[in-house]
Amino acid sequence: MKKLIIAILMMALPALGMAAGPSIPLLSANIDLDDKESLQRGAAIFIHNCLNCHSAHYMRYNRVSEDLGMAESEIKSMMFTTDNVGDTMVVALDPKEAKAWFGTLPPDLTVIERFRGADWLYTYFLSFYKDDSRPFGVNNLLFKDVGMPHAMLGMQGLADPIYRDETLPDGSIRKVVDSLSQPAGGAMSTADYEEAVRDLVGFMVYMGEPAKLVRYDLGWKVILFLIFLTFLLYLLKKEYWRDIH
Amino acid sequence: MKNKLLEWVDERFPLTKTFNEHLAHYYVPKNFNMWYFFGSLAIMMLVIQIVSGIFLTMNYKPDGAAAFGSVEYIMRDVEWGWLIRYMHSTGASFFFIVIYLHMFRGLLYGSYKKPRELVWMIGVGIFLLLMAEAFMGYLLPWGQMSYWGAQVIISLFGAVPFIGPDLALWIRGDFVVADATLNRFFAFHVIAAPLVLLGLVVVHITALHEVGSNNPDGVDIKKDKDANGIPLDGIPFHPYYTVKDAFGASLFLIFFCIVMFYWPEGGGFFIEAPNFVPADPLKTPDHIAPVWYFTPFYTILRAVPSIAGSPFPGVVAMGVSTLIFMLLPWLDRSPVKSIRYRSTTFKLWVAMFVVVFFILGFLGTKAPSPLYNVIGQICTVLYFAFFVCMPWYTKNEKCKPVPERVTDK
Repeated sequence: MKKLIIAILMMALPALGMAAGPSIPLLSANIDLDDKESLQRGAAIFIHNCLNCHSAHYMRYNRVSEDLGMAESEIKSMMFTTDNVGDTMVVALDPKEAKAWFGTLPPDLTVIERFRGADWLYTYFLSFYKDDSRPFGVNNLLFKDVGMPHAMLGMQGLADPIYRDETLPDGSIRKVVDSLSQPAGGAMSTADYEEAVRDLVGFMVYMGEPAKLVRYDLGWKVILFLIFLTFLLYLLKKEYWRDIH
Repeated sequence: MKNKLLEWVDERFPLTKTFNEHLAHYYVPKNFNMWYFFGSLAIMMLVIQIVSGIFLTMNYKPDGAAAFGSVEYIMRDVEWGWLIRYMHSTGASFFFIVIYLHMFRGLLYGSYKKPRELVWMIGVGIFLLLMAEAFMGYLLPWGQMSYWGAQVIISLFGAVPFIGPDLALWIRGDFVVADATLNRFFAFHVIAAPLVLLGLVVVHITALHEVGSNNPDGVDIKKDKDANGIPLDGIPFHPYYTVKDAFGASLFLIFFCIVMFYWPEGGGFFIEAPNFVPADPLKTPDHIAPVWYFTPFYTILRAVPSIAGSPFPGVVAMGVSTLIFMLLPWLDRSPVKSIRYRSTTFKLWVAMFVVVFFILGFLGTKAPSPLYNVIGQICTVLYFAFFVCMPWYTKNEKCKPVPERVTDK
């Protein structure tokens, strides 16, 4: 028992010393949540490319269609694991098999944007490159040795790494990936793919917190009311305090 | 009709009497400035937290397997759930902002001095309990930061000599932070701590109303009274300060709503990003940082070196750094209360303390580095020096003459 507690302390304390920071500079995602068409396209990309392995099990299909202004038939045509539009986005993937295939369980993506941030996700989807040493033949500049294959390979195509020499402290030289070549073999142009990724990340921002669509629109009205109320209360206070000053 | 009813009640319960004693005939100095908003604002925050908390409790599930999901359920499926939750999470941070400013007001105007020592000490007790309340509440969303924050803090109890490991085990109810820990923290967070907190607030206000409020001049208003025994510089709390505090509350709510609607994560300080990943006992986050209101004390914990591999000295230093506020009434030996009439030396010490407090807070959010550690240690020494040296730098302090009556600044 004592050993276990010490082990936990040992596990937790060194972690305090490690700083987390992205390995490459993040690109800017420039999400616009008012662009409902972009979010709709993002939803389709998400359902067709991500929802095969990743779940989004706090997000309901009908909430997506209602919030993004889609017809029920439209969202129903994208449902593969259920017929009930009130269901959440679960996957049929068997966790045991998933672990065998990817080495780890693909995480649920409902609130992943609130952990990673939109810019991180945007950069991540643009950072896959060819690496034959990896099980799926791809690696990622932002998330080194990620267990995930490049799910949108058919859309983007695959980039080749461009290496540069890095001198280590002991004087030896090793090759590190400096940048990526223009992706080749995909169905989309680079600009179209970037747009598609923006749509996808936009949808993931929305999915992380659907209330964003409401709260941005409600907040200023509440604040405006409070400014008016504060002004009235100020006048009231002034009136009462007239006989003190 | 209304008066008849009131009479009927008054014959059976001291309603009018209580109202007069604590509001309508409770005389308060007329020269309060904006620093004096934070007492009533603290009460408002307490009410906001209790009311939003009740609604959260209706939908939250204190269960290791369901807690994280139930918070997302509140955010998505419960009508206005997102508003209730953000009210509570933003409220927690704003509560601490208000309390820190309220305490700083006490420091500025010597509100802890005779005869208000008990008011101050009860207040410090409320502050300590509030920290416990916030710490236990932070576990409930059951995200990675909730989990590992609690893991680290509870293991600190394991550093207590001899009984440490058993103590930590007793607190957790399991060998690691687990479902049992979540359930007991929930019980403490929603029942035990708020109950005691409310009681202490009543005691705090009762003690205050017994001795009366201090003011920015630190002048005792009770020594100049008119023929009816009413202080010349006093005005009834109601209606004067009820309308003034209503204005203050409304002004404060503007800032509160700006954050609640447009910045609820508070740049990762109010809601930390790793808390959107469900608690995983097998995966330690890269960097465990407590919520911002604990960070000054957390830096003190880290700044004190271990002895024989035990972090116990740091734990003691952290505990003392919060408890030492209790001693302030006796550490400060100057007869003058308000900083307006105190020496430059004292003002410089207070300024230093504020700067040090902010630096300690900043460092607590950062991963340690050799430079940060040295700065943290220097600031820890200065933090304690402010208190420990106080009897000397306040003893023969050269103060300006204090006016006889309150001024209208």
